[in-house]
Amino acid sequence: MSCANIQVSETPLVLYALRRADDALILGHRLSEWCGHAPLLEEDMALSNIALDLIGQARELYTFAAKVEGRDNDEDKLAYLRDVRQYRNLLLVEQPNGDFAQTLVRQFFYSAFADLYWRAMMKSRDATLAAIAAKSEKESAYHLRHASEWVIRLGDGTEESHRRAQGAIENLWAFTGEMFAVDDSERGLIDAGIAVDPGSLRGRWLTTITDVTREATLALPQNEWMQQGGRSGRHSEHLGHLLSELQSMQRTFPGLTW
Amino acid sequence: MYTQALNTAETADRDLEDAGKAAQFQARIDAEERIEPNDWMPAAYRKTLTRQISQHAHSEIVGMLPEGNWITRAPTLRRKAALLAKVQDECGHGLYLYAAAETLGSSREELVDAMLAGKAKYSSIFNYPTLTWADIGTIGWLVDGAAIMNQIPLCRCSYGPYARAMIRVCKEESFHQRQGYEIMVTLCRGSEEQKAMAQDALNRWWWPVLMMFGPPDATSQHSDTSTKWKIKRFSNDELRQKFVDATVPQAQYLGLTIPDPGMTQDADGHWRYSEIDWAEFKQVLAGNGPCNRDRMAARRKAHEEGAWVREAAASYAAKRAQRQTAQAAE
Repeated sequence: MSCANIQVSETPLVLYALRRADDALILGHRLSEWCGHAPLLEEDMALSNIALDLIGQARELYTFAAKVEGRDNDEDKLAYLRDVRQYRNLLLVEQPNGDFAQTLVRQFFYSAFADLYWRAMMKSRDATLAAIAAKSEKESAYHLRHASEWVIRLGDGTEESHRRAQGAIENLWAFTGEMFAVDDSERGLIDAGIAVDPGSLRGRWLTTITDVTREATLALPQNEWMQQGGRSGRHSEHLGHLLSELQSMQRTFPGLTW
Repeated sequence: MYTQALNTAETADRDLEDAGKAAQFQARIDAEERIEPNDWMPAAYRKTLTRQISQHAHSEIVGMLPEGNWITRAPTLRRKAALLAKVQDECGHGLYLYAAAETLGSSREELVDAMLAGKAKYSSIFNYPTLTWADIGTIGWLVDGAAIMNQIPLCRCSYGPYARAMIRVCKEESFHQRQGYEIMVTLCRGSEEQKAMAQDALNRWWWPVLMMFGPPDATSQHSDTSTKWKIKRFSNDELRQKFVDATVPQAQYLGLTIPDPGMTQDADGHWRYSEIDWAEFKQVLAGNGPCNRDRMAARRKAHEEGAWVREAAASYAAKRAQRQTAQAAE
């Protein structure tokens, strides 16, 4: 009966699963904020649908992380009882929804990565991660198609939509590099064939991004500077607000069954 | 989710000049035949149904807001996923129902504009706020429960597209209802705080839910044509009574008290409830409920702020069509 932050033994594999789980949860949470407020009913459904897929992925990954950790944690403790400094998600996914262009460009950058990533992870030597990847890959392919089509529609739509889509690309570009970064804790898992080296996906990711933005008559920024920190719990100021909302029930009424 | 038990204001059958067609139409209704979009129908039948189905659709869409209010705060990931799926279903119900309404000749845009302009109504229940997590359980249990009571007979409604939409809607709705009740069971078996939260939610939602069935039969206008046309199969009071009789044992099982100290069970087993505050009902319908302004503001904001997205999609579609035509001409 406590609402203090939990302790997590972040072995490389636990940390690895948590990072991916946090990506999925935080992005799913962001998309769920659109529920009831989207520009079209069809998009209300699509964004909720994608949010639901991502929250599903997060649940599987948290459950896996908890099992690997082998302590008293579970999906809800991992989601609701870690604070900002313990969260391991990419900075990209915690960025605010902004307008529809910002939401869709964020989704496009992430889904173009996730699609490649999960497809590659289907070959993981860890059977659970491979199974999660097989399910997630089907979902990511759909997410990527949806986001790509919207980037094209917005970029090649009206002057206003073009301006907004271009602005969203400029805003979010610096957060894309973190997806491909590898630290020491991941290096061992990559060498053991449990994880894929995200750096090896960057070329294909860039091809997808370049093709779609070109078709959308949009331009990619020249700026090469990439912001990092999410993977080690150094987040933007946005995440704290998101977590205080997400965790409010568990923090107010700790240790209960809902 | 669900629409108000609607009492339509339209009475004048403008097709009396074509008494033959009208008689034939009524004979088909009496024979329990389904009316389909291309069939002849009295103008008043078309108008009544357009109003009822579109208001039902609006209710699904506005009904996303009170529950959507808790998606980002749901207490566990399982509950968050279930709530998100539920609200998504409601949006889908809205889409089925707009499609059914469109078979009667009005466009979805016209119908939505009427709602945003405040000319078309949605169910009064969605003008109440969701203050605690227990409200989410209560909405599933009671609001969806009341919706099912009302919608099951609509599965046999004389207008085919509406009846078929209701069959699909009812399947998902009964799943939501069980999910909501399960939230209540969990709360009522939980801590004292959780049980108090459940009781408080029931106290706030009970009477508004009874109002979902519409005004009492004695004052209900224009039910006659809806009954004659088999759009409506049971009266407001009949359905309300059925709902109360089904709900009381559920509340007893939960160990909750229905906030109606005057409630008694009669010899036939029916639970007789006290007088409903119809003044409150009228105020809510007139726009003076606790959340009317917020609900409409949220829908208008989504519509207005989304205009550039819809314009972009239309502009891109037009450009693409033009390019394809140009390509074909080469």
